[in-house]
Amino acid sequence: MPINVLMPALSPTMTEGNIAHWIKKEGDNVSAGDLLCEIETDKATMELEAIDDGVLGKIVAPDGTENVPVNSLIGIILEEGEDAAVLGGLDIPAVSEAPTKIAASPQTPAAPVAQAVAPQATLAPVARSEGRIFASPLARRMATQSGLDLAAISGSGPNGRVVKADIEAALSGATTAAPVAIPASAPSPISPLAGIRPYQDIQTSKMRKVIAQRLQESKQTVPHFYLTVDCEIDDLLKVREELNGRSDAYKLSVNDFIVRASALALRRVPECNASWIDGGLRQYSGVDISVAVAIDEGLVTPILRNADHKGLSSLSEEIKELAARARAKPMGLMPEEYQGGTFSISNLGMFGIKEFAAIINPPQSMILAVGAGEQRPVVKDGALAIAAMMSCTLSADHRVVDGAAGARFLAAFKGFVEEPLTMLL
Amino acid sequence: MATNKSFDVVILGGGPGGYVAAIRAAQLGLKTAVVEREHLGGICLNWGCIPTKTLLRVSEIRHTLDRLDEFGLSCGEISFDISKIVKRSRQVAGQLSKGVEFLLKKHKVTVVMGDGQLAGGGKLIVSKDGKEICQLSAKHIIVATGARARRLPDLEADGELVWTYKEAMVPKAIPKSLLVIGSGAIGMEFASFYSDLGAEVTVVEMLTRVLPVEDEEISAQAEKQFKKQGMKIFTGATVQSLKKKGKNTVRASIQTIDRKTDHLDFERAILAVGIVGNVENIGLEENGVQVHRGHIKTGPYMETTAPGIYAIGDVTGAPWLAHKAMHEGVLCVEKIVGVDGVHPLNTSNVPGCTYCRPQIASVGLSEAAALDKGYAVRVGRFPFTGNGKAIALGEAEGMVKTVFDAKTGELLGAHMIGAEVTELIQGYTIAKAMECTEVDLMQTIFPHPTLSEMMHESVLDAYDRVLHI
Repeated sequence: MPINVLMPALSPTMTEGNIAHWIKKEGDNVSAGDLLCEIETDKATMELEAIDDGVLGKIVAPDGTENVPVNSLIGIILEEGEDAAVLGGLDIPAVSEAPTKIAASPQTPAAPVAQAVAPQATLAPVARSEGRIFASPLARRMATQSGLDLAAISGSGPNGRVVKADIEAALSGATTAAPVAIPASAPSPISPLAGIRPYQDIQTSKMRKVIAQRLQESKQTVPHFYLTVDCEIDDLLKVREELNGRSDAYKLSVNDFIVRASALALRRVPECNASWIDGGLRQYSGVDISVAVAIDEGLVTPILRNADHKGLSSLSEEIKELAARARAKPMGLMPEEYQGGTFSISNLGMFGIKEFAAIINPPQSMILAVGAGEQRPVVKDGALAIAAMMSCTLSADHRVVDGAAGARFLAAFKGFVEEPLTMLL
Repeated sequence: MATNKSFDVVILGGGPGGYVAAIRAAQLGLKTAVVEREHLGGICLNWGCIPTKTLLRVSEIRHTLDRLDEFGLSCGEISFDISKIVKRSRQVAGQLSKGVEFLLKKHKVTVVMGDGQLAGGGKLIVSKDGKEICQLSAKHIIVATGARARRLPDLEADGELVWTYKEAMVPKAIPKSLLVIGSGAIGMEFASFYSDLGAEVTVVEMLTRVLPVEDEEISAQAEKQFKKQGMKIFTGATVQSLKKKGKNTVRASIQTIDRKTDHLDFERAILAVGIVGNVENIGLEENGVQVHRGHIKTGPYMETTAPGIYAIGDVTGAPWLAHKAMHEGVLCVEKIVGVDGVHPLNTSNVPGCTYCRPQIASVGLSEAAALDKGYAVRVGRFPFTGNGKAIALGEAEGMVKTVFDAKTGELLGAHMIGAEVTELIQGYTIAKAMECTEVDLMQTIFPHPTLSEMMHESVLDAYDRVLHI
């Protein structure tokens, strides 16, 4: 009699699980106590042991199968002496869905040709919700252009499709200082301080509204955690001075080194170069770094595409050029030049800020907040010394990046910054 | 015949708006009646869209026959019998009107022939020749009484020398010379028909260009082609008077754009200076239905200012198009029933077709209208001369123009002139209804060789990617 292997209930609340991967292959001998496969639940990944001896005759739910209900068939073990032919006579239910692999599709966010015609095609849509969102192509593009989350907009088109009118309504709702900005669960709207002090309502730009909406949404929906590291930058300053002294063709800033170090660190710790999209992880194959630039209306984040493949001088030049266009009036950046990006850097060092924590720019999963480089007392070899130090705080999305991964990234980053020659390679 | 019956919905008027509303209401399970004064199918089917298309088919064939030699064909002398042409046109109209009768019967819609009048409290009195024949009561009354040709005080149509569309559709002979007053769709269709059958046609338009609702470039191309066909066109001109001179001549005083007055003689004249709603003698104002400048005022779901009374189609105002009336009929009924996802009519998505030669079709904003509304636009153009199928057909004149919002890629408008464009425009109409952007249109595969390829090329041209020019 073949023995059915069923999806176990690994916790009292578990109703379904995913097959992470099979340790045994079809045809492998198994003895009681052997590990058959790894099962992933919303809480943990656990191993499933065989409780009988035999041969793994058939894997019904292959690697990557998601949402397999508890007690449904995932594999069949044949008892000793049983022929695999008996499998033919079994009524094996088809696994309801084809295995959906989470990570697989490599995405090249920077495909320049595609972007020339379809500026909206950068990165994934801002949408975070599960499943497909029905929206007209025009509504999708308008949402992308104005930074609206399609998932948060209820559609009035056929079958709830989000159409242009819904986007326009959402945008105009945002302009009327509306309760839209206040979460539904808030006990009462913030009462204005009317009558206490004379005040002036400032006309806000569209950009300001988008920033307000996106940052609020990020802080409310993305589980942030923070890691801070102090980097000694004496060597970096020295290398910078030396390089800048060699040519007038470029003038490198500390920030250029930070961009380069971040890009290389992301390449070294690729699991951090990822997003939480549609209930799964999406890891990017390219490193595109958004650099926050303050402009009068707010903030834009021009993108350095494939920053890990660019040297310091070309990064430096590109940042200057993008920042100049960002500050131009009207703003001279194309949407694809500031939408997308896989990681952000925000540097307030020039304002003397020692350290701060930034808000993640979804769907990115990390942002690095860079403080001022300053002389600080440090302990070296058991003695007090003075060194140029710079504190950097990483904000990370815990859905994507765990503490250890974030720490690995920061360690790599610190390594490049403290030994700048390694980043010149 | 029904007497004193009650219904869920009674529709006053059996034209395209009314009968379609009735069918939809019946589909949704409503007990429905239509009150019709004259003939099911309304003006559109009996004295408008359909019979004129029948006539224009004849003039199109006639025009093709004139060009036989180009195609290497020849035949003997070509002649025509106008009475047969008119007879066929009437037969087609009659056949389709019967068809509407059948459709309403199939959907168990009660049809009451007579003049309906609102009597308050959801009642409608139907009379014939001034005598009341029955009373209907309904929870909802939809007024779909349509419109008629507008008349100008100084230009009286007598039906003999000066025609409205109705006489123009049943001529006894093709006049040698014809004056068409008004260059909208109706005027230009008659101008084309008579011109192709041999009349010397003169068109007078008050505005500065022919087909004034169309995109300016389309108007300009159309005017050029009409003139090439031999029509005389006066734009920015008005006909100040029409005086009958004997049995077969009418003298028109035409003030031209430079303020001079010409006196020209014609055998016949057609008045095509717009239409007005049929709002009289149906008890509108008495029952709280507001009428403004000859049309009933309606809300987004066709509700009038009186509860329980709705209005659809031409009687509610421009655009005066059968398909707009049908759409309004459906949305009005669906709103009454509470069907999910009913949306108000988006006039920007209503296509317009004129079946003159060359054909004209458009949907959405003209380039000028888009600029007026403050859009930054991208405009694409593609000429018929760049299209293989058009050349093969011997129809190499025309253009497809598209207007996009440069920011969002929304298709704001599409404007076409040339052979068969009235059959093509729906492609862009779907695109607009689906809210396509330029990317979706560019990624759509258009079959080769067809005229529709020009629709693709025009979009490509708007984004500097045109292939065949």
